[in-house]
Amino acid sequence: MANDVVHGTEIPPRDHTRPEVNYLNWRQTVSSWLLSQDHKRIGIMYLISISIFFVVGGLFATIFRIELLTPEGDLLQADTYNKFFTLHGVVMIFFFLIPSIPAVLGNFLIPLQIGAKDVAFPKLNLASWYIFMVGGTLGVAIILLGGLDTGWTFYTPLSTSYANTHVFLAAIVVFVTGFSSILTGLNFLVTIHKMRAPGLTWFRLPLFIWAHYATSVIQILGTPVLAITIFLAGVERLWGVGIFDPALGGDPVLFQHMFWFYSHPAVYIMILPGMGVISEIIGCFSRNRVFGYEFIAFSSVAIAIIGFLVWGHHMYVSGQAMYSNLVFSLLTMLVAVPSAIKIFNWTATLYKGNVVWATPMIYAIGFIGLFAIGGGTGLFLGAVGLDVPLHDTYFVVAHFHYVMVGGMVMAYLAGIHFYWPKMTGKMYPQTLAKLCAILVFVGFNCTFFPQFLAGWLGMPRRYHSYHEDFQVLNVMSTIGASILGLGFIIPVFYLVWSLFYGKEAGSNPWGARGLEWEVCTSPPDPHNFHETPVVTSEAYAYTGEETLSE
Amino acid sequence: MSSATVHDENPYLAHHFESIEQQEESCTLGMWLFLAQEVMFFGGLFMAYAVYRFMYPEAWLEGSASLSVPIGGANTVFLLLSSFTMAMGVYFCQVGNSKWLFRALTATLVLGIIFVGVKWVYEYTPKFAEGIFPGAGWGPHGHHYGHLADFADQGALQIFFVLYFIMTGMHAFHMLIGFAILLVLMWMTKQNKFGPQRYMPILFFGLYWHFVDIVWVFIFPMFYLVT
Repeated sequence: MANDVVHGTEIPPRDHTRPEVNYLNWRQTVSSWLLSQDHKRIGIMYLISISIFFVVGGLFATIFRIELLTPEGDLLQADTYNKFFTLHGVVMIFFFLIPSIPAVLGNFLIPLQIGAKDVAFPKLNLASWYIFMVGGTLGVAIILLGGLDTGWTFYTPLSTSYANTHVFLAAIVVFVTGFSSILTGLNFLVTIHKMRAPGLTWFRLPLFIWAHYATSVIQILGTPVLAITIFLAGVERLWGVGIFDPALGGDPVLFQHMFWFYSHPAVYIMILPGMGVISEIIGCFSRNRVFGYEFIAFSSVAIAIIGFLVWGHHMYVSGQAMYSNLVFSLLTMLVAVPSAIKIFNWTATLYKGNVVWATPMIYAIGFIGLFAIGGGTGLFLGAVGLDVPLHDTYFVVAHFHYVMVGGMVMAYLAGIHFYWPKMTGKMYPQTLAKLCAILVFVGFNCTFFPQFLAGWLGMPRRYHSYHEDFQVLNVMSTIGASILGLGFIIPVFYLVWSLFYGKEAGSNPWGARGLEWEVCTSPPDPHNFHETPVVTSEAYAYTGEETLSE
Repeated sequence: MSSATVHDENPYLAHHFESIEQQEESCTLGMWLFLAQEVMFFGGLFMAYAVYRFMYPEAWLEGSASLSVPIGGANTVFLLLSSFTMAMGVYFCQVGNSKWLFRALTATLVLGIIFVGVKWVYEYTPKFAEGIFPGAGWGPHGHHYGHLADFADQGALQIFFVLYFIMTGMHAFHMLIGFAILLVLMWMTKQNKFGPQRYMPILFFGLYWHFVDIVWVFIFPMFYLVT
């Protein structure tokens, strides 16, 4: 049996014809999609679903950004405003950020990158999508029935005793959606352990795989804790028992401990896969071996481990013991180290590389800068003394949007632009896409940098009205959000346009390394590989002579 | 074990695996990861238990003293026996004895039902009848539980019973899921679906069953043996 051998010393051959049979066209019925066990089709189904949720979450943000143009609460009443920021948070976190890269790009790419025909449990993979959609449908029901106003954090006793909105339904949504996340993580972990092609040793894996490995560990070990926490809060609300309600003898800080035990690691569920994407792109468009491969790989694992030990930094002002605060503060400083290691190594990869300014690279470079700011300001908040005045101000809002939007969404867009030719076999218009990437970067900074200033000056978060001194900053923020919104909308049009009128991408338009580029066609075959590939070289064996295909 | 069989012709080999070993190792790892997930799920409850036991030691003594050690102990025995019959089931499956596999699964199911039945009839029902129902229905009265009304910190006592009902209830819920799976496995055994070539489903269910068992082994002393 003649296997495809990937050796990495030659420029891989290019195939510019679209394969006659590929995963997109080999069966065309609706049921062949809805019942598909093909990881690539499931990835596309997630792509469509989370894009819709992103629009929903974005609409809430649009409306409250308009409200915040003026210091008075005129467009939205306080109650409605509470619902809007809550729903923005819930939809964006549980239905966009957490599933985004793992469920879309992870699903699509993990088997391709490790030379497998599919994930280890294809039926379970499909089931995960359905569980996700059940959660999503119930989530939409909450919106239609009148919303939720507890903040995405569901703090007790507000959520269990005082809120008059659909908290119980929201608890079910979080519970159900969590299992989709757990099962996806379980599937990926087994796939990475057991389905690698011959010769693909741990230290030949793309860093995207390492990042997903670390993410999966968090998904499996963290998410069940959120499930049981939210279950207890649901029981408390339904039967009026005092698990977390201090009036009935419960401990509300226990809820916060259990909630953040998941929800802090969850930010690493969101950002780690993004870091994996960035590693791929920086390597490819620097035409350079990724510097410090082992360090980047192990820093993902280190983030997953230390990330489980820092949750208490959300509770410096919640009545947590001073000595706990000090320990959590120290651990928070430690978790910044592996993130910094990644940033330094990416930067070192650029050094003496032949940098190619393709669209994904612009997003990736933007990611590095924005994530550095987001991560750095995390240290401000991780320091106990500084957190006390900054807690619950816009500084916190700006910080986590720098990580979640400036980091994660930039990485997601980078990944979509990088892998779009592989997923669809089509190229999108490069110049427009590059302009859009710059638009996103500019719009993002315009939106969120003023919020650092507002927070530093003491503007509290989660209010629909504010002191008039803050108006300039808020107007800047809303203008920036409009630019950012434009930067998000235009890609939808040119990407859909490219499906019909785009140029054929060919198997490897970027001149990239890796099984998914060098062996798979674009779009890939329904079974990925005709023969199991054998890998004989390390990842990122770039020679500097790769070119973009014209 | 019996995995040294001819691979390519094995009808149980799914198309995306290269070999039956790869398939079996993948499923085994997946099952253990699922159990790890379960440990974290129950772990949250154990965490809440630890916090409140530390906060309200007197309520724990008072609540625990009102639970029946003989009934809980008998249930522990039933459950451990069911783990034994389950382990025998795995053995019978691996040696190809379908008849005894079916009997072992039946015994496991019966012992499990006895456990849940005892729990419902002798533990939950009398408590509900005498007002041991945290929340709006709380109001200890009657022969067994009336004295609890005299305990000073009713809120703390309710938290003890909330955790008692949630933790034993979550455990019982896992057993009910186990019953449903057992019925399917028994039906499949009757269809001759299992044997030395294909014993993984039985093995995995065994792992699940033993896990549920171990959870009870922790829950029992934590609630019944505080004094």
